[in-house]
Amino acid sequence: MAFELADILPALPEIILSAVALVLVLVAAYGGDGAANARRVAHLTLAGIVLAAIALLSMTSAQSTAFGGMFRADAFADYMKLLVLMGSFAAVFMSVTPLERDDINKPEFSLLVILALVGMMLMISANDLMSLYMAVELQSLPLYVVAAMRTNSLRSSEAGLKYFLLGALSSGMLLYGASLVYGFAGTTSFAGIAAAVSETDLPAGFIIGMVFMITGIAFKVSAAPFHMWTPDVYEGSPSPVTALFAIAPKVAAIALMLRLTYGAFGSIALEWSQVIMALSVASIVVGALGAIMQKDIKRMMAYSSIAHMGYALAGLAAGTHEGAFGVMIYMTSYVFMGAGTFAIILLMRRDGQSATRIADLRGLSKTQPLFALGLMVMMFSMAGIPPLAGFFGKWYVFLAAVNAGLVPLAVIGVVMSVVGAFYYLRIIKIMYFEDSEAPLDQDVPLANKLVLGVSMAVILLFFAGLNSIMDAANTATMALMAPF
Amino acid sequence: MYALIVFLPLVGSILAGLLSLNNQDRPAELVTVTGLLLSLLLSVIAFAEVAIGGTPVTVDIGRWIVSGDFAAQWALRFDTMTAVMLIVVTGVSSMVHIYSVGYMSHDNARARFMSYLSLFTFAMLMLVTADNLVQLFFGWEGVGVASYLLIGFWYKKESAHTAAMKAFVVNRVGDFGFALGILAVYVLFDSVQFDVIFAQSSLIATTNIEFLGQSLPALEVAGILLFIGAMGKSAQLGLHTWLPDAMEGPTPVSALIHAATMVTAGVFMVCRLSPMLEYAPFALDVITIVGAMTAIFAATVGLTQFDIKRVIAYSTCSQLGYMFFAAGVSAYPAAMFHLTTHAFFKALLFLGAGSVIHALSDEQDLRNMGGIWRKIPVTYAMMWIGSLALAGFPFFAGYYSKDMILEAAYAAHSGVGNFAFVMGCLAAFLTAFYSWRLLILAFHGKPRASADVMAHVHESPLVMTFPLLVLAIGAIFSGWLGYELFVGHHWQQFWGDSIFILPTNAALENAHHVPTWVKLLPIGLAASGVAIAVLCYAVFTGLSAKIAALFWPIHLFFFNKWYFDELYDAIFVKPAVRLGHFFWLRGDRDTIDGFGPDGVSALVYRISGACSRIQTGFVFHYAFAMLIGVVVLVSWYVLRFKG
Repeated sequence: MAFELADILPALPEIILSAVALVLVLVAAYGGDGAANARRVAHLTLAGIVLAAIALLSMTSAQSTAFGGMFRADAFADYMKLLVLMGSFAAVFMSVTPLERDDINKPEFSLLVILALVGMMLMISANDLMSLYMAVELQSLPLYVVAAMRTNSLRSSEAGLKYFLLGALSSGMLLYGASLVYGFAGTTSFAGIAAAVSETDLPAGFIIGMVFMITGIAFKVSAAPFHMWTPDVYEGSPSPVTALFAIAPKVAAIALMLRLTYGAFGSIALEWSQVIMALSVASIVVGALGAIMQKDIKRMMAYSSIAHMGYALAGLAAGTHEGAFGVMIYMTSYVFMGAGTFAIILLMRRDGQSATRIADLRGLSKTQPLFALGLMVMMFSMAGIPPLAGFFGKWYVFLAAVNAGLVPLAVIGVVMSVVGAFYYLRIIKIMYFEDSEAPLDQDVPLANKLVLGVSMAVILLFFAGLNSIMDAANTATMALMAPF
Repeated sequence: MYALIVFLPLVGSILAGLLSLNNQDRPAELVTVTGLLLSLLLSVIAFAEVAIGGTPVTVDIGRWIVSGDFAAQWALRFDTMTAVMLIVVTGVSSMVHIYSVGYMSHDNARARFMSYLSLFTFAMLMLVTADNLVQLFFGWEGVGVASYLLIGFWYKKESAHTAAMKAFVVNRVGDFGFALGILAVYVLFDSVQFDVIFAQSSLIATTNIEFLGQSLPALEVAGILLFIGAMGKSAQLGLHTWLPDAMEGPTPVSALIHAATMVTAGVFMVCRLSPMLEYAPFALDVITIVGAMTAIFAATVGLTQFDIKRVIAYSTCSQLGYMFFAAGVSAYPAAMFHLTTHAFFKALLFLGAGSVIHALSDEQDLRNMGGIWRKIPVTYAMMWIGSLALAGFPFFAGYYSKDMILEAAYAAHSGVGNFAFVMGCLAAFLTAFYSWRLLILAFHGKPRASADVMAHVHESPLVMTFPLLVLAIGAIFSGWLGYELFVGHHWQQFWGDSIFILPTNAALENAHHVPTWVKLLPIGLAASGVAIAVLCYAVFTGLSAKIAALFWPIHLFFFNKWYFDELYDAIFVKPAVRLGHFFWLRGDRDTIDGFGPDGVSALVYRISGACSRIQTGFVFHYAFAMLIGVVVLVSWYVLRFKG
């Protein structure tokens, strides 16, 4: 097979990021040990992300494949990759100073993030069981490491180890499922799998394989009951790492889920939609109820993200064009809500130490009114209050579910979002109506302010730009559902 | 111009209300008094044109409600009955406005008070000029609100705001009947317009209506329902309990609202509806009996009360009874006549009582008065005039109107008419008795007030005595002036179309031809009532106490107002409170809150706690959960495929 440039060109953003990663290995190794080097690597990483984004936007969004059909580039991939790139950029951008203050700013952090980012983007473009598995592992392995990055902290190490062990288990499930699917379909390409089965001609082993695969990815999405690592890892990891976890990998995992279900299993939507629905309901309930008792804001955000994933999956459970469209709108709002919220969590420090108890937010409205306002906007948006971004995400997801006849799912979703509103509003109450014993540190890095400002602008003005977002999401959905 | 009569007080009220925000008391008094005096002047002109000149006018203001077939206009109807009421309302109201300037001079919310008074006047004028039942209801509720505000004017006083609420709640009962009555009328006539209703009454007379599962004569049902409304507003037996308590309001309020005008709204309504009620003989009988019962009931209670204002309040109640039974025997002109004369002498009595109270440093108990007639001669004279008029002594206002009513009742030659006649005569006797009891206890004998209070006794200022003088003129001459016009042989010429009496109901006509003893009896009874009162309270001062002790069960019964309050408390209030408690504690708190907000949140907390407990931190537990999840999902599919 002769090598042709056209065969790899659609993967240009990933190639750029990989190249940057290789260069950064050298920079990290020979650039000295100090914080200055780490900062340099971080800035180069940001530059690489921007470069990749430019490449992504400048390329045609027409459907094309690379690497012999294993990689698929289309409007859907562009949309989701852009979200992932933005999320990662924000996470790295906000992390530099907090990591320095925690004295754990090592060059490896940015390096690992950029490698994981390549994995996420490959996940989004996966078009074959082989590339799917490779992408998932490429994304996961660096993240196991960064979770344990604070080597002198027991909790951080524990978080990394737990994440790794359970991740390995889920990889096992994913692989086992993939092998079953391959066994029954006789091919690893999504197109081939879709062609091999239909509602009427459906071997039971294939279904079991499908269930295993979905559960494997559900672990990455942190959907209940495969969510249990999430609170521990979110809490144990250093805050900048948690910020990253909360934003980018979720988008990639949901994108992969969409790829797999709409692509490989597109012909048997009736079957997988039941699994997704079960995961969705479990996630929504666990996320809403679990968050109430939490005292640590990172832990609370873990449950919150579980619930958010449940809502996204509710759209997916519809299995329709509308459903995928709703998921995309939802994930768009999710990225900005996550970035904005973590911009504030990262600034929660007292006397130089990170202070992430919810009670630490007391009196924020008096000491730092702008940040309190920002967090209030984020919380209202997460609770789904119109006209903020979070409302539209929920709206389209529930609309799709209801139109697909999944009324009970929508009802559970709406009821639980009321329960969810409780803990979001509680944060607002704590910020505005309770007095602080000791104010949080006032020294806030510029990066956090910028990320928060941009996120707030997007959340508040979401409705104004809704039409263009909807156009893009619509095109992306069409590309997702287009035949091979 | 006619519209101005109604709207000047409203303008005054709004201005005074705005002024009250800055406590601009003097300008507020000026603006309301001026408005009322202008309104009075215009009313006199209107009376001359409409009533004397015989040219009824309707002023159309605009559409109010149009909904499907239903239409209600804003229109002011000026006929003779309205013109009479205009004189009464604006006359008494303007006097009360002036009087209030003096009476309330120590109060610090005078602007608010004047605003309420004018608001009341506007609502009352709206009521009497109504062109349809819905507009009448608007005025009806308007005076209710104003009355509520004024009774509770001293809202910091516990008893005052309780009394205000009582007045409001009891009136709701009557208003419920009234509202049902309006609906019944609308069902029957397809209209609430007076002209339409009156034109068709004779046709509807034989129709039946389904009410409470019974087929009943339609007009009787509508008439009785409307009368229930009148009972509430006019404090007739059964729904009278709010009126004595309403005396908690400032005395000018008692004079204006609870003697002269608002409480007569029920009488006005019954007379206004005469073209309809004439075809509802049973409803008329009910009105007669209730009126007669009220007359005697209130008079007996009035005998025993010690609060000077309550005595007069019961007397009002009793006099309203007279008006109703007059209307009940189809002598509507007589009812309206008594309404007019009563407005003057009762307002006079109340304002006089207010002057007494004012002189005695807010003392209202007759047992703590006495011996002050030399010190406040003007007030004393006024009270005499008022009492003479009330008792019906010849050539005072009450003489003409009350005698006319009694004669009409006698001349009705019906069972209920005779009953009313007997009750009315007895009540006349009692009226004279308690009036002189009041006079003697308040002014004569040895002073029973403390020396401190006695030292302060002083005649009221001119601003208070002037209205008394004006009203006294009315109390002396209104009967003599009005007799021929209102109830003379040519009453029809005066009242025009505003009152309609079937030729068969000729009580009024026959009243002029009753035997002489019927004409003389009330005077004799009144004279003997006075004589006995003088004997009991002035000559043999211990006698009344001995009589009360001798007939102690009856005295106790009267003194406790026939136990109406206690009865209602036991039948309605206590069970309602118990029911409310039940719903509050068992229903709302235990059931709705318990299972609803509290229960759900408790449940959520419990589940949430369970969720946290599952999160043990042990990696094998997490792995186990994942495996369980997979197993459940796979089993689900396997079972489905096998089945």
